[in-house]
Amino acid sequence: MSLLSVRDLVVKFAMRDQTVTALNGISFDLNRGERMGIVGESGAGKSITGFAILNLISRPGFIDSGHVMFDGMDLAHTSDKALRTIRGNRIAMIFQDPMVTLNPVLTIGQQMVETLQAHRSLTRRDAEKIAVAKLREVYIPAPEERLQQYPHELSGGMRQRIIIAIALLLDPQLIIADEPTTALDVTIQADIMELLLELCQSNNVSLILITHDLGVVSQMTERTLVMYAGRIIESGRTRAIINDPQHPYTQGLIKALPQQTLPGERLKQIPGNMPALSAIPPGCPFNPRCEYTVDRCRTTIPELVRVGPVEVACHEVQRMNRDTETEEQTA
Amino acid sequence: MFAYLVKRVFQAAVVMFVISLISFSIQDNLGDPLRELVGQSVSEEVREQLRDELGLNDSFLVQYGRFAKKAMRGDLGTSYFFKEPALEVILKKLPATLELVLGATFIIIGLSVPLGVFTAIRPHSIFSRVIMGFSIIGISVPVFLTAILMIFVFSVEMRILPSYGRGDVVHVFGYWSTNFLTWDGWKHILLPSAALASIMLPLFIRLIRSEMMETLQSEYVRFAWAKGLRPRRIWFVHALKNTLLPVITVGGVQIGTMVAYTILTETVFQWPGMGFMFLEAVNRVDTPLIVAYLIVVGFIFVVTNTIVDLIYGLVNPTVKLARMGA
Amino acid sequence: MSNLSTNPEKTRMQKMWHSNIAYSFRRNPVAIVSLAVFLLIALSTLFAPLLAPFDPYDMTQFNILDSELPPAWEQGGEARFVFGTDAQGRDLWSAILYGTRVSLIIGICAVAVQALLGITIGLVAGYVGGRVDSLLMRLADVQLSFSTLMVAIIFLAISQALFGSETFNEYALFILVIVIGVAEWPQYARTVRATVLAEKRKEYVDAARVLAFGPLRIMIKHILPNSISPIFVISTVQVANAIISEASLSFLGLGMPVSQPSLGSLISSGFDYIFSGSWWITTIPGIVLVVLVLVINLLGDWLRDVLNPKLYKG
Repeated sequence: MSLLSVRDLVVKFAMRDQTVTALNGISFDLNRGERMGIVGESGAGKSITGFAILNLISRPGFIDSGHVMFDGMDLAHTSDKALRTIRGNRIAMIFQDPMVTLNPVLTIGQQMVETLQAHRSLTRRDAEKIAVAKLREVYIPAPEERLQQYPHELSGGMRQRIIIAIALLLDPQLIIADEPTTALDVTIQADIMELLLELCQSNNVSLILITHDLGVVSQMTERTLVMYAGRIIESGRTRAIINDPQHPYTQGLIKALPQQTLPGERLKQIPGNMPALSAIPPGCPFNPRCEYTVDRCRTTIPELVRVGPVEVACHEVQRMNRDTETEEQTA
Repeated sequence: MFAYLVKRVFQAAVVMFVISLISFSIQDNLGDPLRELVGQSVSEEVREQLRDELGLNDSFLVQYGRFAKKAMRGDLGTSYFFKEPALEVILKKLPATLELVLGATFIIIGLSVPLGVFTAIRPHSIFSRVIMGFSIIGISVPVFLTAILMIFVFSVEMRILPSYGRGDVVHVFGYWSTNFLTWDGWKHILLPSAALASIMLPLFIRLIRSEMMETLQSEYVRFAWAKGLRPRRIWFVHALKNTLLPVITVGGVQIGTMVAYTILTETVFQWPGMGFMFLEAVNRVDTPLIVAYLIVVGFIFVVTNTIVDLIYGLVNPTVKLARMGA
Repeated sequence: MSNLSTNPEKTRMQKMWHSNIAYSFRRNPVAIVSLAVFLLIALSTLFAPLLAPFDPYDMTQFNILDSELPPAWEQGGEARFVFGTDAQGRDLWSAILYGTRVSLIIGICAVAVQALLGITIGLVAGYVGGRVDSLLMRLADVQLSFSTLMVAIIFLAISQALFGSETFNEYALFILVIVIGVAEWPQYARTVRATVLAEKRKEYVDAARVLAFGPLRIMIKHILPNSISPIFVISTVQVANAIISEASLSFLGLGMPVSQPSLGSLISSGFDYIFSGSWWITTIPGIVLVVLVLVINLLGDWLRDVLNPKLYKG
């Protein structure tokens, strides 16, 4: 049985004169201890998916319909009180920018202790002991002293480690990490990812890693969702998607990776931009940028269908495959 | 911390120096001390002799030096009208004004924080809309009009509260006279301090509300929700603490504004404070008293600004006191 | 969080900006009513000489026998004095029309002075930067830490004592505009400076520099248009504040003389009679003042919501 099961999740934003759909029927399952990546450009709805799981979408956004089943509870339709027992306790979240995630006027100790005390009846002293132990787990030097410090006294990498420690405080079953390294120095990024991977593996914690970096996904995760304009357009085992992407968009993403380019050659970019959520074209949202577009793509939204080891939402995937096969044969 | 204090004291000294210069040039130009001393009937020679004796023919700098030296000793001249040392006259009126400000401050703090927080947390509730509606009306009514309205309603029509004066005051610590120890004193201070608060209260509610709403949108508040904390802790610890930082700074500036508004409230309620006396002094061209008022008010400004800065530095951990005030 | 909209080109944004204002205005009854009331007040003060049955500045027209007559609808009121008369027998309706005119003129002119000073200083500080910038901003801090009203009261009290009240009264309007105008420039300066600093980083200013346009031209053609919406929002609130400041000063006898009353001096002149039952001399000008300031504030609030400019806080 899966740990988390998201079904037909729709998230909308009420703007001044219209309502735009940010997530358009997202469904996926996540098993215990499984690590999954969500990939896409900014604005594709990856972060919103992460926040929607914890029902943390704030005004003017709202969950319009769908279900987020976690341990027999539907997080999309439950009381705030019940949600509080899940948030930070059984599902923890790591935010994008450690510089703004910690409260600047509270000490690290206060911010860790309050998290523990929100879910367990612990004395401050006991809570601090747990906090120190967790800080040690994320390789923070002199953890006892850190408790007295304020966020601004620590570097970005250090703060992100502390945020990871806070996420681990209550031994959650699932961690949602929303681009945990984009705001950090390139040199620290790999360290943080490695730490996250190590902690998830050793504690058997499930992970949802939200990122735009396919390279990171291939190192960290077992399964991948590719999102575009609020929809999942391809999902499957990470290895399969990286080695043999089916959707033209995913193919474009992989071709755009620097590793795929010979030195001196220009990076291959996908032409155009992702449409604004208020101006998504009819039919397949990717059709204006796609080289395989046919009439049907402009009218009908493709469903996710199984193609070999992965699921793809593309009308032309069969023909595309035939084309590439014949190309290969002729080559 | 020490370096910060030195810096702050130095700044205060500069401000006080500027105020004393202004005060002195007022004294120099406003009114003729000779006329006050001897009247019009004295011959020109005697006048000139008196001028020399009084040092009125000395250079500006020498005269200022004399003025400053005396001022340091607390000697700001003698009030023409009261025939008493000007500083003493002012200091006798000081408690009345400060108690008015104190009363207003209590009303403002007591109401603005809960109302500001509530309207930020529940911006769409009917109560919030009512508060916001009243606050914009409150901002639009000048303080003297509120005061007149209050007198009209509570003193003239309902006859339940007195309309002027301080009523029974009790003297404590030697010279300080207080309204807060008698029932009559409480009754007298209620309307004036409510009127004084009426102009600041809506400003503070709106300020706290907008700062709080911004804080509630911040990533660290989102993170606090994601940690599963109780709403009360998020609102009153995570958000409010950060909200109050800018409020403290603005509040410091507003204390100065409040001193100005005491002149208006004191005039309407004939409150025997410094502001009321200042206007009388202006009408009587009582120069030493005007100068004394300026210096005392300047001093209050400097002291409150310093205190507010210090409190800000103590509350906000990201401010190193040593670096502040740069 | 993901971006919900892309950034369309400049022209399109401006078009949307305009239609957005119009759209929001049509949907906001408070804004519509406020603007209507404001226009009504502004127009009636503009045509005050035509609307007023008496000339409130002409003492020969007052008759002491007509003094303290209540409004027409009260017992003892007379039809020729709609809102009654004041203690000198002056028609209150005429006095209010002219008084509102004085209040509005002072409010708008004072804010014009503020804006001119503040915008110039802000542009210079932001554009030149460095030491000039920090000096000017420090000056703004000091200026802000002293209350405008306090400075104005002291300044006016002293100039009244210095010049004598006759000379003072003659130039009262001018002095009020200058005092209220000079004291409040920092708000503009800070906002404009912030905009300049933000705009300076954008490419088109660089491009303009590369094209060797002079600093003045860059500021006027490129930076100023981008500061328009915050300036607009500040100005609305500032006009309301200036009117209140003027009224407060006049109430203290430091503003417009009773012979050329503003709303503040009218209220002040009636205050002495409120205990004897002549409530209208204070109350009616008071209501006009509050309504005038209120509609301006409401328009300001609405503008702030619609334009949502980045205002300098501090």
